Amino acid sequence: MNTQDLPDPLTTVLPNPPQAAPVDAPAFWQRFPAPALAGVDTSKLMWSEVVPGGSHWSWRMPRGSAIRFVALDAGANLSLVLYSALEKLERYNMPDSLKAQHTAHYTKGHVLMSDMGRSMASVTADSLGWHDPLGALLDNELMATKYGEQRYEQARNAMYRSGKDGLLIEIGKYGLTRRDLIAPVNLFSKVSVDAQGRFGFAPDHAKAGDFVELRFDMDVILAVSSAPHALDPNPVYAPKKVGLLAWRCGAAPADDFCRAFRPENARALHNSDMLYL
Amino acid sequence: MTTTATDIRILESQLNPANAVLNQRHPAGEPILFAVNKGQTLRIVDLEGNQAADVIFYNRDDLAEHYSATDTMVHQGGIYLTTGSVIRSNDGRPMLTIVADTCGRHDTLGGACAAESNTVRYALQKKYMHSCRDNYLIALQRADMGLTKRDLVPNINFFMNVPVTEGGDLKFDDGVSGPGKYVEMRAEMDVWVLISNCPQLNNPCNAYNPTPIQLIVWNPA
Repeated sequence: MNTQDLPDPLTTVLPNPPQAAPVDAPAFWQRFPAPALAGVDTSKLMWSEVVPGGSHWSWRMPRGSAIRFVALDAGANLSLVLYSALEKLERYNMPDSLKAQHTAHYTKGHVLMSDMGRSMASVTADSLGWHDPLGALLDNELMATKYGEQRYEQARNAMYRSGKDGLLIEIGKYGLTRRDLIAPVNLFSKVSVDAQGRFGFAPDHAKAGDFVELRFDMDVILAVSSAPHALDPNPVYAPKKVGLLAWRCGAAPADDFCRAFRPENARALHNSDMLYL
Repeated sequence: MTTTATDIRILESQLNPANAVLNQRHPAGEPILFAVNKGQTLRIVDLEGNQAADVIFYNRDDLAEHYSATDTMVHQGGIYLTTGSVIRSNDGRPMLTIVADTCGRHDTLGGACAAESNTVRYALQKKYMHSCRDNYLIALQRADMGLTKRDLVPNINFFMNVPVTEGGDLKFDDGVSGPGKYVEMRAEMDVWVLISNCPQLNNPCNAYNPTPIQLIVWNPA
């Protein structure tokens, strides 16, 4: 794969999509590494995107859709938060998800639970085995301490952007404020904890082409930032780009892998199903 | 970012409860919302051992500023709270500092039990059992001062032991606490203290027997 071939949305002017095919005119996904597309029914594609490093965006995703996230550079990180699109007071809850599944990492089979006991999203595919749920988020103070300053006036869109500002901008689009910002999931990152409780950040965890897929089990607002992980020891601000491919996978079937993964997950998915009877 | 060890650090307090401005028993399974002023010291005592005290702090001058598990963990470089840990807000600011601790380890990851999460963790029929988040909500409804469900962020579980394994599992270990053990913290700003004295009966966080705690507050010397 040569991800350099992917057009950079910051510098490339893409043609408008034709009316007959409004969803995915640039077809970024066709240039994602082929192994990262395994299991995706491309006839059910909704859209694809490339989120440049350090950037942020958000989407409203319906139940029964999925996003395949693809690390297009090694060392990618994507901080991600979820709110119910039906009732924004319901949101992803880190402690509830971790304790229900007795886990401090996410991989295929795990589900991201809301504070209301429902599965918001299920991890339905994963090439990596460990995504960080411990919620560290780069803020401006830490960013300045680690990297110094690079502001818009000098750097234009190469300015340093923090994950916290990115997520605050995105949730602000839905009327949510800083008191509503929750502990995010950091896709593609690995943070272990030693016997003394100290964090260990795994450098070079994600390789280019690694992927993870979330199936949305209820209608959600999804916000992401591709700023570096707060614990990334790299002294240089070097955010990595991430590809997204959205498709209609359908709601979790009765024989779903995530339902069977743990009885707690079956109950959380049941609680979500009860919203859509 | 400063990194401090988060391993167990035991330190006894020199403060005398006879000099306290508040000293009250708080019953098992109930909530309380009260103010602690900057400079005051708050002690929470696990009277009978193995009781989880689920606590969230709010800045009294700006209710949008609350305890943040993730900022606290990132600044100290690890997950456990113990003597010397600085309890930080979502703005990264110190809210309180743990100045004495005879338990030595407190949890940042386990969160508070809720009717809804009990349906997930134990059985769908558990939803009518009393829970920490019901406690939080009734305390906030009674206070009616602008704090709502959206402000019920991941909390501290004082006296609870929730280790993470090298393999990335979360364990609920038997408590490191015991009868009479306490944790003491100095407020670095004027705070609201929201406590649910955990009523969970489905797991060993309270040894299946929720018990009272003691709350003691001293003015600065």
